[in-house]
Amino acid sequence: MNVPHANVCYGLLGEFDSPKDLMVAARKVREAGYRHIDAYAPFPVEGLSQALGLGRKHDLVPLVTLIGGLGGGLGGFFFQLWVNASSYPMNIGGRPLNSWPAFIPVTFELTVLGASLFAVFGMLAMNRLPQPHHPLFNVARFKRASNDKFFLCIEAHDPKFHLAETARFLQSIHAQHVIEVRDED
Amino acid sequence: MSAGDSSVNSPEIRRLARVLEPGHSYGSVTDKISSIVLTRPVSIGWLAGFAVAFSLLMLMTVSIAWLITKGVGIWGINIPIGWGFAIVNFVWWIGIGHAGTLISAILFLLNQKWRTSINRFAEAMTLFAVACAGIFPLIHTGRPWMAYYMFPYPSTMGIWPQFRSPLIWDVFAVSTYGTVSALFWFVGLIPDLATLRDRATNKAAQIIYGMLAMGWRGSARHWHRYQSAYLLLAGLATPLVLSVHTVVSFDFSIAIVPGWHTTIFPPYFVAGAIYSGFAMVLTIAIPLRKAYDLEDFITMRHLENMAKVMLATGLIVAYGYFFEFFMSLYSGNKFDVFLVHQRLHGPYAPYYFALILCNILTPQLLWIEKVRTNVAALFVMSLVINLGMWLERFVIVVISLTRDFVPSAWGRYQATFWDYSTFAGTIGLFVTLLFLFVRGLPAISIAEMRELVAHSSEEDQ
Repeated sequence: MNVPHANVCYGLLGEFDSPKDLMVAARKVREAGYRHIDAYAPFPVEGLSQALGLGRKHDLVPLVTLIGGLGGGLGGFFFQLWVNASSYPMNIGGRPLNSWPAFIPVTFELTVLGASLFAVFGMLAMNRLPQPHHPLFNVARFKRASNDKFFLCIEAHDPKFHLAETARFLQSIHAQHVIEVRDED
Repeated sequence: MSAGDSSVNSPEIRRLARVLEPGHSYGSVTDKISSIVLTRPVSIGWLAGFAVAFSLLMLMTVSIAWLITKGVGIWGINIPIGWGFAIVNFVWWIGIGHAGTLISAILFLLNQKWRTSINRFAEAMTLFAVACAGIFPLIHTGRPWMAYYMFPYPSTMGIWPQFRSPLIWDVFAVSTYGTVSALFWFVGLIPDLATLRDRATNKAAQIIYGMLAMGWRGSARHWHRYQSAYLLLAGLATPLVLSVHTVVSFDFSIAIVPGWHTTIFPPYFVAGAIYSGFAMVLTIAIPLRKAYDLEDFITMRHLENMAKVMLATGLIVAYGYFFEFFMSLYSGNKFDVFLVHQRLHGPYAPYYFALILCNILTPQLLWIEKVRTNVAALFVMSLVINLGMWLERFVIVVISLTRDFVPSAWGRYQATFWDYSTFAGTIGLFVTLLFLFVRGLPAISIAEMRELVAHSSEEDQ
């Protein structure tokens, strides 16, 4: 296939030694005007997403969790009510058909269940996981992103991206290694 | 523990206060924990332990097969003692699970750094304990192949489970607990699975860990949502864990049987659950840190803190026993007064006194710092408390049922070989799963340990 060079270049990856270096670099990259950037770290680095310019609205997990919890709770309660008062009404110990206090334990459990399932699967879906292939996995050094190294990637579709200049820029902000990430399809 | 507090600066106290021994880097933490899974050869000790546990697991399958063939009559249960070992063991196992959730969720919300190196295997312990617990009510139904009747599905019979019954609440509480614990555990594992994927040299391991890690690459955007989901799960698991043993206690307290029908049961059951769970965490942690040289990560601070939690929850349990006793006498209800008499002088009185010895008297030794910081003493103590909590459930289930209201309906309970073999079998299942877990997955959260390294290096500067 005859693909132009820019299409197979995913971006430039800079490697750093510590979370502190990565934070400094992330701020500089933002200041330099790059927007399509991401950082990779072996553990969550406090403040990194802010340094990359990801705002609070970026995180929809709490909202999704709330929806799951409300859905589970309301669904659970009204299902029990329907079962006991409408589908198969049964007089148990003279209690009213809508003996709602007796429905609370199951309602509570289903609230927690709904919220938890939505939190986990919502988080995975918004992170677009599972994702078996990613161009970054072509970089041998990137294995250390799950161990002891910190990476910053300026993606090729950023309007300011220029292979040689961006590489020089990454070196100027003290990246230990600068590696071109290629998507070899 | 703040390092700046001058009153706690003696070297001995600082050593005890550490949650991570000094000198570790991101790489060394990764190497040490992942090598247990990836490079360490299978030791004779592991094989021997696994063989014993697996044999017990086989005993469980034989016992269950025989139970399904013959029916619950092979157990010691009868009328009036319809709840024998099956329910005793169910409550014991589910209680043990509670410490895992407490460590992973509640201590996380309270920002307790000492939870970091013990949360992973404590959560695994929770899952395995819930698996063991779930077996008992299932096989106790007599016809376990009909167990799906307990779930509300649109059946051709047009009927539904009885949602006003605590036994159905239990189905929902335990299955939700199992599901949420599994989710919590798996979410915590994702970054570590990625580490194992990246470090594995063997093709099969790369493929298996690669699939489980789902392409995790540690992106800042991913971490952001990940942390959010993890925090929310911790927040959800906290009331959940309190609700589960509360619902289990409703199985008893909603019935009118003397000794069961009491409002102190929910808090007293929850405290007892955490008590037994911490004992089990210690029972596992002490051999684990020894066998895999994890003393740097599971320090004396962890063991001592767990001992303190046991002491505190043990006192709550003692308070529960005392008020159970007091309220029975104070009520003046003759059946309740008779129950107290039965516990102290009845045919099962030795169980009651053994329970007091194991759960209330022995743990008072934990007030002494020398005991709390002595690994062998703690290990023995944890076994004693595990036994004591089992006896507690035996006392609650059996003493109350043997002699309730009408003397003509009284009975006696004697566990049979199959009762013991099924119980021993679930211990086999539990230990087998733990052995496989230790070899197959990182027993300590690597990502969280790196965070701890980062924090410690900041503090040192």
